[in-house]
Amino acid sequence: MRTPPFDPHTPEGPLAEKWQRHRAEVRLVSPTNRRRYRVIVVGSGLAGASAAASLAELGYQVDCFTFHDSPRRAHSVAAQGGINAAKNYRNDGDSVERLFRDTIKGGDYRSREANVYRLAEISNQIIDHCVAQGIPFARDYAGYLDNRSFGGAQVARTFYARGQTGQQLLLGAYGALSRQVHSGQVRLHTRTEMLDLVVEDGRAAGIISRRLTDGRIGRHAADAVVLATGGYSNIYYLSTNALASNVTAGYRAYRRGAWFANPSFTQIHPTCIPAVEDRQSKLTLMSESLRNDGRIWVPQSAHDERSPADIPDTERDYYLERMYPAYGNLSPRDISSRAAKAVCDEARGVGPGGRGVYLDFAEAIGRLGRRVISDRYGNLFQMYQRITGEDPWQTPMRIYPAAHYSMGGLWVDYDLMTTVPGLFAIGEANFSDHGANRLGASALMQGLADGYFILPQTLGHYLAGRPPLAAQNGTAAFEEAQAAVEARLKRLVAVGGRTPVDVFHRRLGELMWEYCGMSRDRAGLEQALAEIPTLREEFWSGICVCGGSEEFNVVLEKAGRVADYLEFAEVMVRDALAREESCGAHFRTEYQTADGEAQRNDAAFAHVAAWGFRDDGSAPQRAIEPLSFEHLHLAERNYR
Amino acid sequence: MDFTLHIWRQHGAAEAGRFVTYPVRGISPDLSFLEMLDVLNEELVGRGEAPIAFDHDCREGICGSCAMVINGDPHGPLPGTTTCQLYMRHFANGAEITVEPWRARAFPVLRDLIVDRAALDRVIQAGGYVSVNTGAAPDAHALTVSKQAADAAFEAAACIGCGACVAACPNGSAMLFTAAKVVQLAMLPQGRPERARRVIGMVEAMDDAGFGNCTNHYACAEACPKQIPARFIARLNREFLNAALTSREFVELARPHEHEE
Ligand SMILES: Cc1cc2nc3c(=O)[nH]c(=O)nc-3n(C[C@H](O)[C@H](O)[C@H](O)COP(=O)(O)OP(=O)(O)OC[C@H]3O[C@@H](n4cnc5c(N)ncnc54)[C@H](O)[C@@H]3O)c2cc1C
Ligand code: SF4
Ligand code: FES
Repeated sequence: MRTPPFDPHTPEGPLAEKWQRHRAEVRLVSPTNRRRYRVIVVGSGLAGASAAASLAELGYQVDCFTFHDSPRRAHSVAAQGGINAAKNYRNDGDSVERLFRDTIKGGDYRSREANVYRLAEISNQIIDHCVAQGIPFARDYAGYLDNRSFGGAQVARTFYARGQTGQQLLLGAYGALSRQVHSGQVRLHTRTEMLDLVVEDGRAAGIISRRLTDGRIGRHAADAVVLATGGYSNIYYLSTNALASNVTAGYRAYRRGAWFANPSFTQIHPTCIPAVEDRQSKLTLMSESLRNDGRIWVPQSAHDERSPADIPDTERDYYLERMYPAYGNLSPRDISSRAAKAVCDEARGVGPGGRGVYLDFAEAIGRLGRRVISDRYGNLFQMYQRITGEDPWQTPMRIYPAAHYSMGGLWVDYDLMTTVPGLFAIGEANFSDHGANRLGASALMQGLADGYFILPQTLGHYLAGRPPLAAQNGTAAFEEAQAAVEARLKRLVAVGGRTPVDVFHRRLGELMWEYCGMSRDRAGLEQALAEIPTLREEFWSGICVCGGSEEFNVVLEKAGRVADYLEFAEVMVRDALAREESCGAHFRTEYQTADGEAQRNDAAFAHVAAWGFRDDGSAPQRAIEPLSFEHLHLAERNYR
Repeated sequence: MDFTLHIWRQHGAAEAGRFVTYPVRGISPDLSFLEMLDVLNEELVGRGEAPIAFDHDCREGICGSCAMVINGDPHGPLPGTTTCQLYMRHFANGAEITVEPWRARAFPVLRDLIVDRAALDRVIQAGGYVSVNTGAAPDAHALTVSKQAADAAFEAAACIGCGACVAACPNGSAMLFTAAKVVQLAMLPQGRPERARRVIGMVEAMDDAGFGNCTNHYACAEACPKQIPARFIARLNREFLNAALTSREFVELARPHEHEE
């Protein structure tokens, strides 16, 4: 197992040549040998499905696990707005270099130059591949691909399939995976949840799983394990993530020696439908692409109760256009979210509870006509109407920020390998490319870059140095891990309280939103550190899983995930506390400029912070990976 | 709002199920149907009873997990809507609501409202894709695709694989689901080389998985939350016949599926 300081293993050479050189230098496994290696991929979202399919195409034996009933249900399916690529099909000055710069700047200079450059480089291949798969991207009348703009960019580089880009990309990857399942190259394990990682001789040797339909525990040995298990934003309970999204796989790997990087970097998305009900179970995102044509405003004066139609233009505050004239309604997410919170804190918010701002299409409908707007956003308008009962063709939408994406994740090196040799992390589950804030339409790009193009090369490099099928599932390490999983399930079943698991999840969510959400400060974070252990104790004496572990028990599944959130929350809070600066989505109120912008401290914090597990009784260790900017200058992020 | 729910409870695949009646009170009209069930489930847990198991995840109408027959309609009374997009304001105060799982030979019940839909995956595995390996693709603009074709392909590709079409069909047929994928790829130049293989393979897999035949009721299209049109079934039949005619070995398979647009 690696110990700090961690070397990202960034290849030598000029930035623009690193990936090509690395590809030329990595060790290869010969085609006839590949079938002797077995790889476990946990997750079937964009990252997992693309990786499993591409590895199988190369000839590796792949086992793919998902807790969903079908790979196609992974939460990637919900991505709406689009995927970035540096094609420059619009001739508007885009390039790999520009996409790279925008992404580094968008991430507030807290990501690795070499990784982000590679991502920008690969972006174009992703679009080529997805078109070849038959993904019905939007096209113009000449038959060419259409583009739209997203926050944090001044070019139109986002490819999209109406408001269902994630669904279409996922179905493409699911198709590729299905083809490999059909040919027998991938064994698919649906409704099967990974509950622990098995580490043997300091290397990843396999996983312990639970079949959700009957509770059967499985041991699976492999030559390498890939986690593509998505993000953990629904630690906040209310979020744009699916209800089953969780941190268990990553957190369990962390407890087995994989270090967790920047856990507190969580993105709050500015355009979600506000919560209206205390029993509400989720917040629905309204794609950022709406900000291409919608204008965001609140009344100029506080406590203005008039209906939006009665507020004349002169009494409206189009605050993003006013504060950030260069980017306006397309300012990056962290900035837009904080601005929305600020105007609501001034009692200028709209809708129930005053936690909302208007997103208004009247001007765009007037300018472009109903047909064009309907073509672009029809399904989003419909979705909004279904949920709120209000018609956005008649009255402006109401939006408010919500927890959305985790930039933090397992620490990985340039090869996407964690600090446990043989354990890889891809997609939202790793921390790699988005720094302290992710730009819109770049998660789909990253998940697919990792899965289709990067991992298939770098995994081979690892395997080539190893004898095939070195791991067997009958060893002491597997025994120990299985026993630990079973003991924990037994403990959950034995609690025998009367409080629903969701009650604890809601309380944890409220606590995290309050103290470790859109803005943070020392006192609040310390308060959270004091409260989380109490909540955890109440959980472990109060819950009811209402059944046993050897049956299809949906409450037990949820209980295990919430139990992990209750531990992981502490790591998040510690990370937010230790980072005494504001950067991107991490906004510490103590560190801001005179006009309320995030104030970075590059001298002390231009680094990745990674956390290592010690034992249940002790606080985790913190280690840093310094970030060096050779190509770009560390600059203040200015969108004004 | 108050409701009386009659919900199908079944402990496991091998056990018999039955309806159990649950009153729910004081429900806000702004709660979704699934959130209303969450409230009921929390009450059940408070009494130490096992909550009602149901599939759900995204809760925004896109993942295809949620699946309930509500008062006899898959996904409930509203057209073009998944179960998770139903709100209690869509029901009358005091209403009696019956909730059952998908019922079809190919979808065995696993627990309460949860069924096994792996059969749909098997249909896709049999050919619902373009067989392009990663790395093989030409530039995305190497081929143009007319906007009409791209839009039509999109319309078909919107299927979320929920299985409501199967649940609605008196024969438990998966023709609409299969048609959606076949039509999507038939519309696009990238899908054409494998056209014949694809449709034959998928139709065969559909039969093997235990889905019934289509006898033109079109209850499927009415139940479909993504409003996949019934005309795609005719298109599927045409694709199938063409494929069967061009490859003699498949002629035998063609017979049970003959009808015209
Ligand atoms: C509403 C919404 C809209 C978005 N819109 C955009 C957009 O327009 N553009 C953009 O670029 N990004 C967007 N994003 C972000 C992007 O969709 C995600 O970051 C990305 O799809 C994550 O993909 P993934 O493959 O890493 O994870 P996921 O798709 O979440 O997949 C995780 C997989 O892991 C499995 N899994 C997890 N844990 C376990 C376990 N313990 N055992 C077994 N299986 C497990 C799950 O079953 C699932 O298959 C959006 C996100 C949301 C929530
Ligand atoms: S065709 Fe419609 S009803 Fe059938 S699986 Fe697809 S979305 Fe569901
Ligand atoms: S829960 Fe995802 S479609 Fe209903």
